[in-house]
Amino acid sequence: MSQPIHLKDHEKDARLVRGRVVVGAIVVMVMVCALVARLYYLQVIQYEYHSTLSENNRVHVQPIPPSRGLIYDRNGVIIADNRPSFSLSMTRERAGDWAQVLDLIVQVLELTPDDRAIFEKRMKQGRRPFEPVPILFELNEEQIARIAVNQFRLPGVEVVAQLVRHYPQGPHFAHSVGYMGRINEKELKALDSTNYSGTHHIGKTGVERFYEPELHGQVGYEEVETNARGRVLRVLKRTDPVPGKDIVLSLDINLQEAAEAALGGRRGAIVALDPKTGEVLAMVSQPSFDPNLFVTGISFKAYAELSDSIDRPLFNRVLRGLYPPGSTIKPAVAIAGLDTGVVTPATRVFDPGYYQLPNFDHKYRNWNRSGDGWVDLDTAIMRSNDTYFYDLAHKMGIDRLSSYLNRFGIGQKVSLDMFEESPGLMPSRDWKRITRRQAWFPGETLILGIGQGYMQATPLQLAQATALVANKGKWNRPHLARTIEGQPPVDENPMEDIVLRDANDWDRVNHGMQQVMHGARGTARKAAVGAQYRIAGKSGTAQVVAIKQGEKYDRTKLQERHRDHALFVGFAPADNPKIVVAVMVENGESGSGVAAPVVRQVMDAWLLGPDGQLKPEYASNTAMETTAREE
Amino acid sequence: MKSNFDRMLSSEDVMRRRATLLQRIHIDGPLLILLLTLAAGSLFVLYSASGKSWDLLIKQATSFGIGLVSMLLIAQLEPRFMARWVPLAYGLGVILLVAVDVMGHNAMGATRWINIPGVIRFQPSEFMKIIMPATIAWYLAKRTLPPTLKHVGASLVLIGVPFILIVRQPDLGTSLLILASGTFVLFMAGLRWRWIVSVVAAAVPVAVGMWFFIMHDYQKQRILTFLDPESDPLGTGWNIIQSKAAIGSGGVFGKGWLLGTQSHLDFLPESHTDFIIAVLGEEFGLVGICALLLLYLALIGRGLVITAQAQTLFGKLLAGSLTMTFFVYVFVNIGMVSGLLPVVGVPLPFISYGGTSLVTLMSAFGVLMSIHTHRKWIAQV
Repeated sequence: MSQPIHLKDHEKDARLVRGRVVVGAIVVMVMVCALVARLYYLQVIQYEYHSTLSENNRVHVQPIPPSRGLIYDRNGVIIADNRPSFSLSMTRERAGDWAQVLDLIVQVLELTPDDRAIFEKRMKQGRRPFEPVPILFELNEEQIARIAVNQFRLPGVEVVAQLVRHYPQGPHFAHSVGYMGRINEKELKALDSTNYSGTHHIGKTGVERFYEPELHGQVGYEEVETNARGRVLRVLKRTDPVPGKDIVLSLDINLQEAAEAALGGRRGAIVALDPKTGEVLAMVSQPSFDPNLFVTGISFKAYAELSDSIDRPLFNRVLRGLYPPGSTIKPAVAIAGLDTGVVTPATRVFDPGYYQLPNFDHKYRNWNRSGDGWVDLDTAIMRSNDTYFYDLAHKMGIDRLSSYLNRFGIGQKVSLDMFEESPGLMPSRDWKRITRRQAWFPGETLILGIGQGYMQATPLQLAQATALVANKGKWNRPHLARTIEGQPPVDENPMEDIVLRDANDWDRVNHGMQQVMHGARGTARKAAVGAQYRIAGKSGTAQVVAIKQGEKYDRTKLQERHRDHALFVGFAPADNPKIVVAVMVENGESGSGVAAPVVRQVMDAWLLGPDGQLKPEYASNTAMETTAREE
Repeated sequence: MKSNFDRMLSSEDVMRRRATLLQRIHIDGPLLILLLTLAAGSLFVLYSASGKSWDLLIKQATSFGIGLVSMLLIAQLEPRFMARWVPLAYGLGVILLVAVDVMGHNAMGATRWINIPGVIRFQPSEFMKIIMPATIAWYLAKRTLPPTLKHVGASLVLIGVPFILIVRQPDLGTSLLILASGTFVLFMAGLRWRWIVSVVAAAVPVAVGMWFFIMHDYQKQRILTFLDPESDPLGTGWNIIQSKAAIGSGGVFGKGWLLGTQSHLDFLPESHTDFIIAVLGEEFGLVGICALLLLYLALIGRGLVITAQAQTLFGKLLAGSLTMTFFVYVFVNIGMVSGLLPVVGVPLPFISYGGTSLVTLMSAFGVLMSIHTHRKWIAQV
């Protein structure tokens, strides 16, 4: 039964397939006709066009690099611009024996074999066929003339004008704005090779690096016809590049210079912030260097001098320098103590000059060996009383302490737009178990209470922790860019504001910090003498080498570079904070004696007008009243 | 008179004996002659395109040899035998593709190779180029034609699995060829026009909808550069601009063998692989390309004749699909180099340098020969 049906099917199938074969053959013929038509169009109709292109001339696609965005300070002063510069470039395919041409260049310009080695390396980085590779930058007029005279002997070699980054302010912004340099091989691999096809430099550090995508722009190109010698005969098609975005920084060149002057020739770091916005007003890391050296390639010798210097000028102390915060952390610890209820404003602790854990012999010393007697919170901050904070930290315990200080930014990156910021370190029970494989000891909590121990923070973090006290817990990540092409930077990952159970606690700590500057026994009262405004501040000392139990810090026994770093943080005006300043003076020893006057100078530079009076926009009635009542 | 008659008889005899000799070793004469002609032409063009490299030439000639041998071997297999083992081969192919996906050897930035050092090194996706249409042909040959919706669905699943695995490698060119080879079987099996039209009609609004409502700007940009490579002259557009100039400057008769300037001055990248037609176009002109197209058309014509004459449904479907897929190779490659189509990595069959694709192609023609020479009734005349 199935047999006849199968036979019938078979015939029908064969017919079906044969029909499809015919359709297929027709489709093939139609599409082949389309191909032939296309080839006819290219080879017959457009023959003239293509054959002129190919016979004597060549079509090239030349990238047109976008011009890089400029960088201004907040007043509109230029910090980074682009300057025309002449460079020598060579096209390998046109040079013939390019190694020999390199020899000739070296001979004509009277260069050294070292230079030749660099040229050779650069030649090997060429990417596309017929792409000119720049081999020597910043040609002077004599060199240009020499090349011109010998041009006939140098096939494929040309002098090209291009825009090169220039930093008119020199070393002032080397650490914040950073610098540009030639794209190295590693960066080349990670880059969008199309967008960077005409670009030879890239931001290496600082703002230049962080905002590289914004500053760079979008490459353009032109399709050009050149003759066999590589000369452009005409432009066939052009797409303009999109220039990079201009960036206005929040930095203020006058404050920057004033801050550098205040630090004098000492090694150290200064950060000044506007606590209300997070704008960085000044960022000093001394010693500094001239960023222009890096743009067109720094010589081995000059680089070695910078990198081997014991003063470490290339080291960004503000972002990368890690210091135990010392007593500057006490205001944050005090906030933690009040908010957890471990202490109240009325809590008093008796200070005999040291603190002892129950059942332990070890004496944790107050800096003032004779002791301050009965101290409450206000006095403890004013006197920077270690005993009070040992007691507070012990009662609070490591877990709560660690969590609160984290919220103040210790142990994490705080900035919005700074390249290679160090997160610092806020130790915790977990951290110690993982990294040291040890349990947490109670004594370690005590010394954390006075900012010693494992804890490490950058000057930027100290400034930010202080800004939080000034701004009553409202987080604004510190940032360098005020606007990018008119747009303020956006915080994609905002920090959670610190909200206290009793908002008055902020004022209590603030008052304690004012006492540091203005109180009769304030540790830094000398730095506030004659101030036109109320300052809140806190000094600190970061140990460079550990002092053994029972030993006393004796400066005469220590080498200069082993002396303590002096720290100071503060804000002003105290009741309406407009500026937060953190200062670290390397081996400066005394926070209140050395670092506090620097802070004061920076504040004066920002808050006082040319007449030496508080600028009217920073004055507030309450400030005057408070001053009157206190005194 | 008698002697004359004898002579006529004997010469007819000789003819028949020759035919049966070719039949007996399962070779199709017309296909063999066309393939050998193409191979000889290919070596000419390749010599010029490779910058007169004997090395490359010898390697390519060796690949031809290997291809011929594998074609002969495959031609010996009976189609019934192939149909029996195809499902297993398909399963094996999918397993290998998964293996490549999981731990494949990395070549040219894309994972395509199975590599057991010292033993074997090959691309499972090449293997699938023949197994794919054979599988669908095996599946549909057992059903009633034209295929029902259910059977079309099942076929699409069989096509989809290897397709997706190869897209992921990523190898867009090969995956599209495999998709085409499977779909052509459906087409040959008489897939209803209604369905073909409605799929095309449905694809348009879906694509438009995705474009306006789903895709991000950067994705749109990527598709635009894919469709119009000349908008990205610093990237893929560079090749197209140069290959168009090379082809166009060839004119009607070309610049002459070894006299192409564009291809010899390193303007044209990949001139001996995917873009070799530009060298042919520059040196031999429109005439040269048309001659090549005629050879291809003859091959395709022979393939379609074999399809029509095949005895089994399996043979018909498989032969038809292999022939049409071969045409897709030709069309996509020439279309791409001449700037008609987007750039997908598809070599020009028999002309582009590359052993793997050559062996696969020859094997496919081996399958065609097998289908044609294993017919049960011997040709009547």
